[in-house]
Amino acid sequence: MKVEEFSADAWIDASLPLLEMKLTSESRAVVKLHLETAEKLSRLVREFELEDEAEPAPVYTP
Amino acid sequence: MTQAHLQSALQIASGVKSGETSAREIVEATYKRIADLNPKLGAFTSVTTERALARAAAIDAARRLGEPLGPLAGAPFAVKNLFDVKGLPTRAGSKINREHAPATADQPLIERLEAAGAILVGALNMGEYAYDFTGENAHDGASRNPHDLGHMSGGSSGGSGSAVGGGLVALALGSDTNGSIRVPASLCGIFGLKPTYGRLTRAGSFPFVSSLDHLGPFARSVADLAAAYDAMQGPDPDDPAQAPRPVEPTFASLETGVTGLRIARLGGYFTRGAEPAAFEAVERVASALKAERVVELPEVARARAAAYLITMVEGGALHVDRLRERAMDYDPDVRDRLIAGAMLPGAWVVKAQKLRRWFRARALELFGQVDVLIAPATPCRAPRSGQKTFVLDGQEMLVRPNLGVFTQPISFIGLPVVAAPVWTQGESLPIGVQIITAPWREDLALRVARALEREGIVSAPIGTAAS
Repeated sequence: MKVEEFSADAWIDASLPLLEMKLTSESRAVVKLHLETAEKLSRLVREFELEDEAEPAPVYTP
Repeated sequence: MTQAHLQSALQIASGVKSGETSAREIVEATYKRIADLNPKLGAFTSVTTERALARAAAIDAARRLGEPLGPLAGAPFAVKNLFDVKGLPTRAGSKINREHAPATADQPLIERLEAAGAILVGALNMGEYAYDFTGENAHDGASRNPHDLGHMSGGSSGGSGSAVGGGLVALALGSDTNGSIRVPASLCGIFGLKPTYGRLTRAGSFPFVSSLDHLGPFARSVADLAAAYDAMQGPDPDDPAQAPRPVEPTFASLETGVTGLRIARLGGYFTRGAEPAAFEAVERVASALKAERVVELPEVARARAAAYLITMVEGGALHVDRLRERAMDYDPDVRDRLIAGAMLPGAWVVKAQKLRRWFRARALELFGQVDVLIAPATPCRAPRSGQKTFVLDGQEMLVRPNLGVFTQPISFIGLPVVAAPVWTQGESLPIGVQIITAPWREDLALRVARALEREGIVSAPIGTAAS
């Protein structure tokens, strides 16, 4: 099955009903920019290999 | 009128204790200075005159009776307006929160500073909901750089930077999620301490990203920073993220110097993507400390990316209901980042939290070899007010999210940091370096900062641009 390329517009369209939210056109353009940045940065996180047993640190004690 | 109110907090306390000056004189002179300079600096959003004068009167009366006074007796301080101040709505830089009922109690760090004799004189401007590195606020206006009013204070604790840097107060408190203490400290040329994550209670402050939020002090001297920090330590069951640590005072060891400390520069990621001024500041500090060694933390760009995602997701989750109802009441620059954050997949943030624990383990390994790390605090001196983009390493990028490019990976794993200001002859604006230590070793970061201050390598003169 072919995986479609990332589209921030499609992402916004899918998310807005879930969030029960509307966007102005100005706001939508900026949200799109932020999603594109987040998607790019998320690759750095997603591509990093960690074991299944790796523990997250939601409440963190250094 | 004397200039006593322009002294450091500890000098003010010394004058008040000796009777050379009174707390009332200090408070009155402080409010006169705020009235004169705040219209230009945009640092304060509220003043607490009545309580400050009452507090000053109580301190002066105690002195007359021969009662012991606290180490910060009579020293004026102010807090970023996300701290609860009894009688004020905790606006957190927003239009929406100022409709809230006034806080019924002070944030505990305010109580602790006042127990040490300091006097709260007001609340300070900040980037809306702390999602900001510029110090610009759509509702309250910008907090300005005290060394050049045409430049940013940095944020999100921008008012804290302006107020301390401009000599309106000796001490201020701020918050730091990704760099919001260290960025304004760097741009305004003052000292800032971001303690270890979990050290100081956050109860009674408006949150941003619970996983990453810290509170801490600003000052124009390292001794003031240490004295304020020591006064604020201690357990608080109302902050579930606070770690079970004993009070570990730092003041007594401030003058012990750096002999025996293993100090290194951070290489790799921390040597790219900034203007030469940032690296020159690190070089000057490292040379003074004879820190020739360069060490690397692995995968710093991934760590920063993970902090960025956690911030977006937790920030978005905190605000999503308000955004649905009142999107138009937000600063547009903040609103659209929060909305985007509310849309991100949960799997990303869980992976980011796993990476956080991995990165922490690498940092702890590194601290087996070194005690102190030196790195830039910001990639440049203060950008111009309103500047939206800058060019770093030939790449144009947004100022607002990228001023914290060097601070974000460090707070990601909660390491304690002192931001210390470096000046270059002929330059009107300072730039900071980060003095980073292992968890719970704030004492070492403060010791190193004090050694540099004693040698004149770092300093925090009062900015005179608004005078």
